[in-house]
Formats: sequence, structure tokens, C-alpha cells
Amino acid sequence: MAERASWSLGAALRGVFSAKTIDEDTWDDLEAALIRADFGPAVTEEIVDQIKAQVERYRTTDPKDVQRMLREIVEERLAKYDPTLKLTERPAVVLVVGVNGVGKTTTIGKFARFLRTFDRSVVVGAADTFRAAAVDQLATWADRAGVEIVRPEREGQDPASVAFQTVDHAKREGIEIVIIDTAGRLHTKGGLMDELGKIRRVVEKQAPISEVLLVLDATTGQNGLAQAEAFIEHGGVTGLVLTKLDGSAKGGFVLAVQEKTGLPIKLIGQGEGINDLTGFTPHVFAQKLVG
Amino acid sequence: MATFGNLSDRLAETFKNLRTKGKLSAADVDGTVREIRRALLDADVSLDVVKQFTAHVRERALGDEVNKALNPAQQVVQIVNDELVAILGGQQRRLQFAKNPPTVIMLAGLQGAGKTTLAGKLAKHLAKEGHTPMLVASDLQRPNAVNQLQVVGHQAGVPVFAPEPGNGVGDPVKVAKAGVEQARRAQHDVVIIDTAGRLGVDAEMMKQAANIRKATNPDEVLFVIDAMIGQDAVTTAKAFQEGVDFTGVVLSKLDGDARGGAALSVASVTGRPIIFASTGEGLDDFEAFHPDRMASRILDLGDILTLIEQAQSAFDEEEALKVAEKLATEQFTLEDFLAQMQQLRGAGSIKKMLGMLPGAGGMKQQLENFDEREIVRTEAIIQSMTPAERKNTKLLNGSRRLRIARGAGMTVTDVNQLVQRFEQAAKMMKTVARGGMPQIPGMGPLPGGGAHGGGKRQAAKGKKKASGSRSGNPAKRATENAAIAEGRPVGGAPATAGSGFGLGAKAGAAPTPSAEDLAKMQKLLGR
Repeated sequence: MAERASWSLGAALRGVFSAKTIDEDTWDDLEAALIRADFGPAVTEEIVDQIKAQVERYRTTDPKDVQRMLREIVEERLAKYDPTLKLTERPAVVLVVGVNGVGKTTTIGKFARFLRTFDRSVVVGAADTFRAAAVDQLATWADRAGVEIVRPEREGQDPASVAFQTVDHAKREGIEIVIIDTAGRLHTKGGLMDELGKIRRVVEKQAPISEVLLVLDATTGQNGLAQAEAFIEHGGVTGLVLTKLDGSAKGGFVLAVQEKTGLPIKLIGQGEGINDLTGFTPHVFAQKLVG
Repeated sequence: MATFGNLSDRLAETFKNLRTKGKLSAADVDGTVREIRRALLDADVSLDVVKQFTAHVRERALGDEVNKALNPAQQVVQIVNDELVAILGGQQRRLQFAKNPPTVIMLAGLQGAGKTTLAGKLAKHLAKEGHTPMLVASDLQRPNAVNQLQVVGHQAGVPVFAPEPGNGVGDPVKVAKAGVEQARRAQHDVVIIDTAGRLGVDAEMMKQAANIRKATNPDEVLFVIDAMIGQDAVTTAKAFQEGVDFTGVVLSKLDGDARGGAALSVASVTGRPIIFASTGEGLDDFEAFHPDRMASRILDLGDILTLIEQAQSAFDEEEALKVAEKLATEQFTLEDFLAQMQQLRGAGSIKKMLGMLPGAGGMKQQLENFDEREIVRTEAIIQSMTPAERKNTKLLNGSRRLRIARGAGMTVTDVNQLVQRFEQAAKMMKTVARGGMPQIPGMGPLPGGGAHGGGKRQAAKGKKKASGSRSGNPAKRATENAAIAEGRPVGGAPATAGSGFGLGAKAGAAPTPSAEDLAKMQKLLGR
């Protein structure tokens, strides 16, 4: 079984970087490591070619250089986009979307806490009126984070109306940040994606939406890209949240997602504890990933 | 996925060079294998499995088996498909029930894999089969997982044993054990234990799962895994195999557009069969797993007919001529059409069925817009005809058409359109058949009628679609008709019949997702 600290590619690449010289094996192993980290065949090929070109140019034979190049390339690619959350509106409305089971509700709990530590007042809206007990789950998190929650008035209430009431509540009470939970939906379900558009429209009547965060599960493979594209089209996503990075998955697919969609990664989740959410720093991420 | 282009397109490129070749060189095979490797990686099949797999395919492709084949390129795909099905566990497996009830089923998996929802689905499914299942809430970790299970249990009409409130309170091992006791007392014959989601790397939580297993001695431990999972599937599956030693796998969220390569990885690495597939949020969206369908989905083999079209020039014409004679005498009537359609409707929601099919990813949008009632209308029109009219559309004069339109509650224009489209299709099929025809490889072993059936289906499907969109694809149809008229006798015949209808081959082979159809498809791309 993998160790708890196995998130980095370090282990997979140790053999590569500790070899004496750069040869065919280096490239094979590097490619294998990147594919195993879900970078996907296309991005992997690009990165490997890029490093090969650099090795050629600098005429190096030291695998340590490969490691450095890899780190730099990954960092450079990740740093192309600005990971800052824009929450200057008052109230700043944040919509959290994603497919089923990626950790939206958990992320909201952690995010609310994250904002509380900066002394922002927060209200969460339980607009996931579909899944059994989702509202209760969010309520538990709200309680842990010490923030208010707006619940649906009755079972199966239209999620857009819950969202509306939440923003309304924030405006009346002068609450700074509104986070709205939505039901998980597969991006292939036309009707559900339209519902998301409706939530957006309804909320925008009250206040501009500051951020739409798409939550992606690090264990997801190449399908992550399809998810992101669909959610951008219907949900107007402005940023990505990568969750479950505490497992053995490395979430390499986000690189492709970020580049194909131009959406920055804004937050990363690394556990079920309430403090296991951090802002995204390309440097740290690349450092941890490559080792 | 569209971003990368599908396997069929890329293989088609590779196959261009193979057209005129009777034999495959090592280099040809390598090119093909490289594309397959990439397609598998794009489908999230784990790298180790891909490596092993492609090595195996390469070996077989270079063997005598291929060199003697009529169409080497098709053969390679056939090999790939065979191998995929073999890894995915050839035949289906059913749940094992205990000799002395209660049968204990434990669910395990990562967070968000869909365990709790699955518990409800499984319970409902078993209840329908006459069992008396009971759910046990052993997920005391995630906030309100217990509530969720209670709600799900209520929806499924199944009792839920939940002595602890959850949210971090209570001992899941004790709850599981007590649950089994309770079931024995209350005479439930199946107990389904929902456990907390856990990461493969979380040693403590894995130990807890192992303890639950030890305490309850389950007959089945089902590992629930998200069809969207990437390369991590293998690590996770191994961790769970070591941790709880699951006996079967459930693939969830198959209703998305993920190709589900994880299924292949997990089955291949752990050797455990995939028993169920979970395909939606409703409690009834649950079915037995079909390895052959999954194989097609991973490779997007729904497009395989296109491949055959591409590779046709390499096909032996003499062989084809012999088979075609059998077909030339066959007649395709509206009755056949109707029968085909009724068979189709009997199989359930067409939208859903089509959505499941390989290659359907690209038609999702079309599917959403597809009006199922259109079929009912077409059916009504045909049913308003006399048997004689159905056999011979030439009988249909103005007054007959008016009568039919009235009988079906449609307008004469609708009837005209249907008849016109049908006649075109029938004509084309005849031309094709007489022309020396079907390039359908694998026609040999099939009885003439059976093979013809495939054609009918294409026609039937295309027709319905056309009557939905009204546009058809006249330009394409015209070109292809012209091609046939020019006496391009062999190339592309069957595929023409399909693609001439706009919707194309995918749906042509689609209608019944039965094993039989897949077998037919496999034969199609076989010899």
C-alpha cells in the first residue's frame, strides 16, 4: 500500500533522477510517471519533447537537470493563470458546481472556514435540494465552520429559489460572502446543466456572481476535461478547485484542463478535516508534484 | 474526448496505408498498436495494463492468424476487442448468496464513489427479486451519511439499521456486527452494509474496513468505483484488495461520458469481476455489467463500421460475390421495417439505450433532441396499412394514402414522406445487394436473412431519424447512389446504406443492445 506522503511523483521518478546518465530509459520512465499521474498522453508527449529539446540544447547528461526542467515546465505551465480569488463585491457570491461525489459540500465547509479565518462573514446556501440529506450535510459543515446557512423551506424546493433567498438574506444582513452549494450533476445531462444556467440567472438578478468554482476530483482521469468544458459552457466557471489530493492520485489532468480552458486552479483540498483547504500556488504545487 | 479525436478517426489514418496490403508488416502493426495505446490511455486505462495489453495484441497481430485474414486492419481491431472482453471478465457474474441467510454484502470504496446511492439501488433491486434486504449505516464519518442512507432506504422501501447518529460518533465495526445480528433476528435474508468512503492510502481507515469485514464475514464485498477515475484506479484497487479483499466490483456513474478505462484496469489488476454498473441517480438506474458492451465503449468501437468502410479496398471481392447472391433475392418490406421497430420499442427507452452505446458520445445532443414519439407515429402509419400495402408500396394510390393518413391521425404528407424514404432505402439495398455487394465481412457464417437483418436495421434507424429531422442528408445520399450507379460494385456498400441516412452506422448497429447484436458486430469486423 502506498504511504500517506505518496502524493508526489517523487517515488515514481526517483529511479529516473538517481540514474547516472540520461538515456532511453530516462524518457520511458518519465513518460510512464507522467501518464500515471493522469497528465494524459497528449500533455505527456509535449512535456517529454520539451525536456528532450532542452537536454539537447544544454547538452546535459545529468538526470538531476531533467528533474529541475520538469519542475520548471510544470510550474511555468501552471503559473500562466492567476489563481487569486476575486471576492471584492459585496456580497461576493460564489457558486460551487461539479459532478457527483467530487466533494462540493465538503469543499464549501472548508472554504467557509477558510474565509472565516480572514474574518469575513459568510452565509452558505443549501441549493442541493436533490440528493438525500445533502442539506443536513452542509448544515453540519456550516456549524463546524461557524457560519450561517440558508436552508430550503420545503423538500425538493427549486434550487434557484434557495440560491435567491440566500443572496437576499446576505444583502439584508450585510453578510460579505455567499457560498451556494449545488447538486452534483453529470455534465452530460442537458436538463440538469440548464438548471445550473437558471440558478445563475436568478442569482444575477440580485447580485453579480463573483466566482463560479468547478470542483474536480483528483482521482478523475481524462474525463475531467470534458467535465470542465461542459460546466464552462453552462455554468460560466471562473476557477477550479482540485479535491482529494490527500490520496494517491496526482490530478495531472488539471494541467490539460487549465490550458485547454484557460481557467486557473484556485483552491486545493487535501483531506476531510475542516482546515484541509489551501489556496493554490503553482510553485508549491510543482515542487510537491515533482519533488 | 472530442479534443483528442476518437480512436476510429486515428485508426482510419493508420489504416489508409494498409488498404492495398494483404499482409501486415511489423511496422504497420506498430503504428496501429501505438494508436490503440493512445486511445486506451485517453480512456484512462492504467499504463501498466495498456503496456501489457498492447504487447499482447502486437504479438497476436503479427501471428499467422492475421496474415491469412482477408482484411488485416479489421483483424487487429477484432483482436483488440477480443482481448478487452477477455480481460473484462468474459461472462457476467451474479451475486453469491449465502447458504444460510442472511447474505451479507459489504460496500467499500473511495469518497464520492457512490456507495450510499448504490446501497439503495442494490436494496431495491434485491427487493424486486423477492429478497428482504436491510441496510446498515456504517458510514459514521461523513456528515449526515446516515441520514442519506435513511432517506435512500425509505425511497427503496427497505428498512435501515442505524443505531448511531454518525458525524464521527459511534463505532462502525460494532454497528455492522449489530446490523447482521438484527437482520438475523428480523429474518432479513440480505444485509447491505454501507461503509465510509476512504482513501487507499489511509492505513487507519483501511484497517477499519478490514475489521468490519472480519466482524461480519460478508459473502460479497463490493468495491464501488467511479467510472471517471483515472490512472489512480490501479493504486486504489490494489489498496482495497489488500485492505478488504473485495469479491466484486461495481462501476458507478456510467451515465456520464467517461470511457471507463478504469473498469479494464481494475478487472485486469485485481482479477475480480465487475458485477454491476450504476447508470444514473434514480434508484432504478442499476444493471448487471456487460463486458462486451464495456469493451466497445472503452475503444469507442461503435464506430467500427466506419473502420470497415475504410479498410474495404483490401477485401477479397470474390468471396463477397458469393455471399451477395443469397441476398439479391431478398425483399425488404414495410412489414420488416415495422417488426424491427416494434422490437426496438420493446427494449425500453431508446434514448437511454442509444446513450449507452459506444460512439454515442458524439450524438448525445442528437439524442437529447430525439423525439421518441416519432417512432410511435411512424408505427401508426404502417399499422394503418393493409398487409398487401405493407408488402408492396406500389399499391399506395392517393385514396389509399388518404385512408392511411386518417387511420394514423397524420397528414397525407407524412405518409408520403415515409413511403418515399422507405422506397429509397429499399431501392438502395437492392442495388447494393445485386451489385455484387456486401462487403460485410463475416457474412459467410451468418445466414443470409440474419445479415440482411443488419441492413434493415440501418435502414429502419435512418428512417426514423430522418423523419425526425426532415432534412435527411440528400447530398450525401445522392453521391452515394451515384457511386453505386456508376458500378463501383463493391466498395463501401453496406456502410453506404448506413451513412446515406445521415445518422450513420453507429445507430445503424444500435437498436438492440443485446449480446446477439454485439456478437454480430464482432463478426462484422471479424472475418
